[in-house]
Amino acid sequence: MWDAFGFEFVNFYLIPGLVLGCIYALGAIGITLTFGILRFANFAHGEIMMSGAYLTYTVMAIVAGAGLSLHPLVAMVPAAFMVILLFLGTDRYFYKPFRKEDTIKVVMASFGMMLIIRSAVQVIWGPNQIAFVPGIAKPNAWLQSFTGDLGAMIIMPNKHLFIFAGTVIIVIALGYLLNRTRIGKAMRAVSDSPDLAHVTGINVDKVINATWIVGGICATAAGVFLVMDTQTLETTMGFRMLLPMFAAAILGGIGKPYGAVFGGLVIGLAEELSAYPWIGDAPLLSPGYKTGVAFAIMVIMLIVRPQGLFKGRSF
Amino acid sequence: MTQPVLSLNNLKAGYGQTEILHDLSIYVNPNEIVAIIGPNGAGKSTAMKSVLGLLNIREGSVVLNGEDITDTPAQKVIEKGISYVPQTNNVFVNLSVQENLEMGAWTRPNGVEARIAEMYELFPDLAEKRNQAAGSLSGGQRQMVAMAKALMVDAKILLLDEPTAGLSPKYRGEIFSTIQKIKNTGVPILIVEQNAKQALGVSDRGYVLVDGANRHTGTGEELANDPEIARMFLGGGH
Amino acid sequence: MEAYLGYFLYFLSLLTVGGIYAILALGLNVQWGFAGLFNAGIVGFVAVGAYTYALLTTAESTFHLGGFGLPLPIGMAVAMLASALVAALIGLVCIRLRSDYLAIATIGIAEIIKLIFKNETEVTNGPRGINKIPRSWEHFSEERFYSSWPMSWFGTPENWEAFFDSLPNWYWQPLFAGTIILVVFAIYKMLERARTSPWGRMMTAIRENEPASRAAGKNVTRRRIEAFVIGAAIMGLGGAFLAQHLRLIEPTNTFDPSKVTFLVWVMLIAGGSGNNRGAILGAFLIWTIWSASELMISGIIDLITAIFSTMDASILQTRAGFLRMMLIGILMQVILQRYPGGILPEVRPASPKADTKTADPTGDTK
Ligand SMILES: Nc1ncnc2c1ncn2[C@@H]1O[C@H](COP(=O)(O)OP(=O)(O)OP(=O)(O)O)[C@@H](O)[C@H]1O
Ligand SMILES: [Mg+2]
Repeated sequence: MWDAFGFEFVNFYLIPGLVLGCIYALGAIGITLTFGILRFANFAHGEIMMSGAYLTYTVMAIVAGAGLSLHPLVAMVPAAFMVILLFLGTDRYFYKPFRKEDTIKVVMASFGMMLIIRSAVQVIWGPNQIAFVPGIAKPNAWLQSFTGDLGAMIIMPNKHLFIFAGTVIIVIALGYLLNRTRIGKAMRAVSDSPDLAHVTGINVDKVINATWIVGGICATAAGVFLVMDTQTLETTMGFRMLLPMFAAAILGGIGKPYGAVFGGLVIGLAEELSAYPWIGDAPLLSPGYKTGVAFAIMVIMLIVRPQGLFKGRSF
Repeated sequence: MTQPVLSLNNLKAGYGQTEILHDLSIYVNPNEIVAIIGPNGAGKSTAMKSVLGLLNIREGSVVLNGEDITDTPAQKVIEKGISYVPQTNNVFVNLSVQENLEMGAWTRPNGVEARIAEMYELFPDLAEKRNQAAGSLSGGQRQMVAMAKALMVDAKILLLDEPTAGLSPKYRGEIFSTIQKIKNTGVPILIVEQNAKQALGVSDRGYVLVDGANRHTGTGEELANDPEIARMFLGGGH
Repeated sequence: MEAYLGYFLYFLSLLTVGGIYAILALGLNVQWGFAGLFNAGIVGFVAVGAYTYALLTTAESTFHLGGFGLPLPIGMAVAMLASALVAALIGLVCIRLRSDYLAIATIGIAEIIKLIFKNETEVTNGPRGINKIPRSWEHFSEERFYSSWPMSWFGTPENWEAFFDSLPNWYWQPLFAGTIILVVFAIYKMLERARTSPWGRMMTAIRENEPASRAAGKNVTRRRIEAFVIGAAIMGLGGAFLAQHLRLIEPTNTFDPSKVTFLVWVMLIAGGSGNNRGAILGAFLIWTIWSASELMISGIIDLITAIFSTMDASILQTRAGFLRMMLIGILMQVILQRYPGGILPEVRPASPKADTKTADPTGDTK
């Protein structure tokens, strides 16, 4: 059973799908929080995620210049800090002026930010692909032999283990923040009703800043996990991620972070599993169309259940 | 003469260009329940929002304990001790009862636990629902959550916008008796009501608002017995 | 003389490309300016128009489907239809949703369209694209046109060949530019009529106060889909002209969202959304700035490399292109914040009967 079907399915479709799903999930958390709390679709989110990966790379390169080597997960910390500043700066100068106006204005501003950030990255780092971590990632030997002994061999490189562990930690921390801390509850309150939050005396500006901070951390993690997985930096990766992340946020219900996580996993799995030869020997869907899967799911969702699986807000 | 806790003096105010309140004057003394009644669209809710700094005040002033708070932003007004329960959409439906109360205490972060315990004493129904999402409660229970949430701060005055709208007579009675209890703790209340008879029954004084201006003023009893007002509000099918 | 000819041809190319952008900006103005629909996937409609035109009008080829060698006007008309059809499908699904969703959906559809053009190699020749797309006026000098009807009625291929040899090789440029300008003018005229017609006034009313329009029994969704489809058809035509101008289209670089979607948005916002003249003005203005800044920046780079002779100019050149894009993005933000109406702000069509519902915009709570 394992030899005929399971080995290939699990190692070449299921695990990559989950890895991709984790990345989408983290990206979608930021999108769904911004959508829920600031009430607009932030088109610059993908680009911010991409710049987080570039900043991490730069931190690693600088440290490498000093003769040390730094794991991306460590280099990610100062990068996340810079991404948060980038988010807060963008909000302050480009989004805040439109807070009291029609939402579409701020959507447009974020649309412009998408262009500005991407061009800035292209000016600074150049438009070409950069190798993030060179070389082939070897499967984790211990896991391979352990599962091999059990008769269900799993070959998974360390980078994937890091991605899973990182995602689980971030999601747990997020759950703690939203359900146990004052600011997290206030974030949920503002997402619930900004007007009521306002007349309850909640400091909405503070909540908005907290949202950018959480979104910034998740976005950086998503960006870094993505380049850890693909091992290349590309200036187009943010834009490529945008659609699946929105699809994940809509699937899970706008304003629902756990929904976004679930949505991200579903979209990631769907993209990878769509290339599995379910019928006959050929991939069900040509791998060239992988990106289309997210879009299809999103459109179907918008038609049949715009509020998402977890009853988020629908407009 | 005692200084009123809150007074709205000759207010002209509205949304953007449109003026809704043309000449409105209301005051609330310490230890008073004051009712505002009036037909739909008279500007009762607008009057309350003008206290919270939610709209353009063109003329007139809002004064809290002698301090002019005209055009102060909502958050500051609340920090100064005005608690407000909006007419609709007045609880965070996705937050639990307990979390709603915690949010109510945003401007007064100390001693929240004790305060919440007091609220569960005042509203015993809520104690057992504390971990339930506010959105899953009945209308009357939600109204209680909204009031308890507003009382989480040391309110100098409580503004209630139609707390009994759409409630069954049983709940209506309960809300009004709670309002009495709140008053007895020393918090004056300004209440907007459609159920004019009951509202005037618990109120010390009342105002009748028509087209954004005072039409009648008097003690609760006087207004309740005024034949014209009776014809306007009390006669119909409430 | 040679130098003046160079300037003249540069000017013509500004008019040509500026005019193509003006067509796109007018299309966007119908969607955004008239109906308030946020189309973030302009490039998708342009690509549909361009590919449709290319497949229909190119000579038969082994690389892609067809080409069908159809007359150019037919190619352009079908390009409009195809784009309109795609818009109608999206409109039916997304138009009732809030504008953010429409933006997401249109970005998505644009990517999917490009994905299809890239992957369906049998039909579109995939990433290598479609070549030798006939360009209006220039196409007359191609053998396959002058050796068949209707041109063959007027002269033998030999005559025609001699005739075109006697013309300067840029003879088509003024004609092509002129045609595009004429098309811009025609679209402008039609849109101005539409804007002041009852249909246009209804669009304004819907955009200003949707609930009131719904309450007045207007079919808001239908009107919006109409605007979306009309705008997309115009964009499809723009795409057909773009394909003619480029003569070679491929899915990735030709239809780069930042150079199509974003630039058109900046043009419309700069010119004044809701104002057709503004759309045209914005298109020509931004395009002139865009292409003039290219000359300027490459001049500066020449200067720099002359001073620092060790520097590699090619790196600077590619980076400078992105700097330009970044500056355009910043320009868009400045206009959005400082001059929300654009250079030529919207002028409301005078309404025959005083429309009190929309005359007095009520502000929100402050
Ligand atoms: N946000 C707003 N923007 C513009 N006008 C508003 C707004 N809110 C209320 N109005 C208008 O102000 C007027 C007074 O409304 P208000 O809500 O104060 O009436 P009310 O006396 O509370 O009525 P009800 O008994 O129905 O609650 C109405 O004509 C209403 O249309
Ligand atoms: Mg009211």
